[in-house]
Amino acid sequence: MTSEQPALVLRDLRKTFGSAVAVDGIDLEVRRGEFVTLLGPSGSGKTTTLRMIAGFMSPSGGSIEIDGQDMTRVPPYRRDVGMVFQNYALFPHMTAAQNVAFPLRMRRQSRPDVERRVSEALDLVKLRDLGGRYPRQLSGGQQQRIALARAVVFQPRLLLMDEPLGALDRKLRESLQLEIIRVSRELGATVLYVTHDQEEALVMSDRIAIFSEGRIEQLGNGEDLYDRPASLFVADFIGESNILRGRYEADGADGGWMTRGPWRWRVGRVAAEQAALEAGAAAALVIRPERTRILDGGSDLVPGSNVVDATVGEVLNLGPDTKYELTLEGGQRVSVREPRERGGRELHRGDQVRLTWAVEDGLLLADRDVTST
Amino acid sequence: MTTAGETRRRTPPSLAGKRDRWSWLVIPATVFLAAFFLVPLVAMVIRSVTDPVDAGISNYERFFSQEAYARVLVNTFWIAVLSTAACLAIGYPFAYLMSIVPGRWSGLLLIAVLLPFWSSLLVRTFAWQVLLRDTGVINRFLLDLGLIDEPLTLIRTTGGVIVGMSHILLPFMVLPIYAVMRRIDPEFGRAAANLGASPFAAFIRVFVPLSLPGVLAGCLLVFVLALGFYITPALLGGLGDQMISQLIVQQIQQRLDWGFGTAMSVVLVGITLAILFISSRAIRLQDVFGSAVED
Repeated sequence: MTSEQPALVLRDLRKTFGSAVAVDGIDLEVRRGEFVTLLGPSGSGKTTTLRMIAGFMSPSGGSIEIDGQDMTRVPPYRRDVGMVFQNYALFPHMTAAQNVAFPLRMRRQSRPDVERRVSEALDLVKLRDLGGRYPRQLSGGQQQRIALARAVVFQPRLLLMDEPLGALDRKLRESLQLEIIRVSRELGATVLYVTHDQEEALVMSDRIAIFSEGRIEQLGNGEDLYDRPASLFVADFIGESNILRGRYEADGADGGWMTRGPWRWRVGRVAAEQAALEAGAAAALVIRPERTRILDGGSDLVPGSNVVDATVGEVLNLGPDTKYELTLEGGQRVSVREPRERGGRELHRGDQVRLTWAVEDGLLLADRDVTST
Repeated sequence: MTTAGETRRRTPPSLAGKRDRWSWLVIPATVFLAAFFLVPLVAMVIRSVTDPVDAGISNYERFFSQEAYARVLVNTFWIAVLSTAACLAIGYPFAYLMSIVPGRWSGLLLIAVLLPFWSSLLVRTFAWQVLLRDTGVINRFLLDLGLIDEPLTLIRTTGGVIVGMSHILLPFMVLPIYAVMRRIDPEFGRAAANLGASPFAAFIRVFVPLSLPGVLAGCLLVFVLALGFYITPALLGGLGDQMISQLIVQQIQQRLDWGFGTAMSVVLVGITLAILFISSRAIRLQDVFGSAVED
C-alpha cells in the first residue's frame, strides 16, 4: 500500500428507499489522516452515507473502498471501521473499561494486550480513573469520551462519527471538539465526521462536504466554502449571507451588472468570470454581513461601491459586534454586522439608511430557485 | 440516557397534585383485597394453630416431621423448576422472534401466545388428556404410521404435567421477555457489529445480557404461579407427581382436617413470599441495565 492511496473512496454511492432517494450518487476520496466532515441539513443523506460506510445499510448502487479494498458487500464486523454513535451506544451492562475492551476481545487478543491497550486508550481520553464505572454513572461528556476510546482502541482503518456531540451543551461541545481533534491527530486517524452544525464543521475539519438532497453540493476547506461558495445553497448554508436576487447583464470583459427593479449593482470581473452566467440569467448577488456597511445620510459614497436603500429593523447587540436587521424596498431582509465603536452612531428602528458594499465583495451565483423570490 | 431516565422517574409537581386528588380511586381495590384476600389469609393462619383447639404448632410439626410430605414439597418445587425451564426454552426464542419480525407479524405471534390464554384452564388440560392418553391422538397417529408398536406412556407422567403446565404458563414468560427485548435499542447491535462482533457473538455478549431483566421477571412469574398449580398435575400427572395443592385439597375436602390443610397452605404462601422477597432484591439488576431498558 502506498501512502498516496486514499483511505476511503466512494464511487457513485446511492441509496433509495422505495421511490425516495436518500443518497443520490456520492463520489468522495478521503486521504489517510484527513479529517473530513459531511455537513448538511437533516435529511440530506449524510448519515445514510456514513451508515453505508459502516456497513449497517447496503447501498442501492456504487461502491465503497477502504484502503484500496472493496468493502461494498462486506458485513460490518469485518470492515475494521470504528464508529462513535450519536447516543454513544455504550453497552450498559459493561463497565467503561469492559466497553473499551470489547473490540479487542472480539479480535481475540491476549489478556495482557487487552489490558495494556485499554489503559492506553483510557489515558488518551483522560479517563484513566473511571474505567470501573458503568455508563449510567458517567456524565454525557465522559460517556462520549469512552465511546471515542472504544472506537479507536482497535486502531481501525477509518473512524466514523455520527453527530457525536449533538446531545451535549454548547460549552462541553466546544471542549470536546478540541479533544476529538487532539485524539485524532495523536493517532493519525482518518476521520469522517457527520454534523449539521456548520461552526463545528469549520473548527474541526480539513475538508467539508456540503450535502444537499443526497448529493455533495461542494467539497472544500472552510475558506473555499465561505469565500467561494459554488452555489446559492452553500452560500446560504455556510455562514450568514445577504442574497440579492435579480438578472445578470454582461458588460464585456469588465464584469457586469445585476439589475433588480430600479437598482443596478456592479459585479466584479472575478466574480463574473467564476459564475460564467449568460446575459439575462436569473442570478443572485451574495454579500456577507461583515462586508456590508451602513452609510449615514450625510456621508458620501466611496467610488467602486454598490448601494441600496434600506429601513432599519431590529438592532441586536452581539457583544463585540452590533447586528442590524434591515428591510429593502420590496420587503427583502438583509443583515449587517459592524464592530461596536465607542461613541459611534446609533441607529433605531425605522431609520432610513443606505447600504453599501465594495464591488469585489459581491459574489455572483446562478439562481436556480427563482420562484421562491 | 441516564439523566433522561432519572428525570422521568421523578414525578412533575403538577402530576403529583393530580395524583392526590384521585387517590380515593384506590379505595375500592383496597377494600376488595382486604375483605377477600387479607382477611381469609389471616383466618387461615389462625386456623392452622387453633384446629384442633390446642393445636399450637403441632400441625406444622406434623408436616415437617414426615418424609412423605417433604417429598411432595420437594416435588412441587421440582415441577415448578421444570415448568419454568420449559417455558424459558420455548418462550425466549419465541419472544426474540416477536421482537425481530415486522410489526404486523409480531402482532400475529402475540395473538398466538394469548389465544390459549382466553380459553379455560380446565378445557386446555382436558385437551392435553385427549392428546396424550394411551388411546389419544399422538399415540394413535404414531401407531398408525408404524413408528411404535405399543402406545407411549405420555400421560400420568412428570413429562405430561410439564407439557400441560408450560402450555398454560407460557404467556407469563413470553410477555415480560418481549417487553424488555422490544425496548433494547437496535443501535447496541450495530455498535457490537461495528466493533467486530459476529452476529452470534453480538447476540450472546450484548443482546442476551440486556434481555436478562425480562428473563428474570418471566421466570419469577412462571415459577410462583407453578407452585400453586392444582388441576393440571391432578389430571395429567401420576401418583408420584403430586403437588402440595393436591395435598391441601385432600386434607380439607376428604379428611376434613382443616388445621393441617391450612398449615400446609401457610407453608406454601410463606415459601412463595420468601421467593418474591429474595428476587425483589435480585431484580435490582434492572437498575444496572436501566438505561438499556428505558428507551
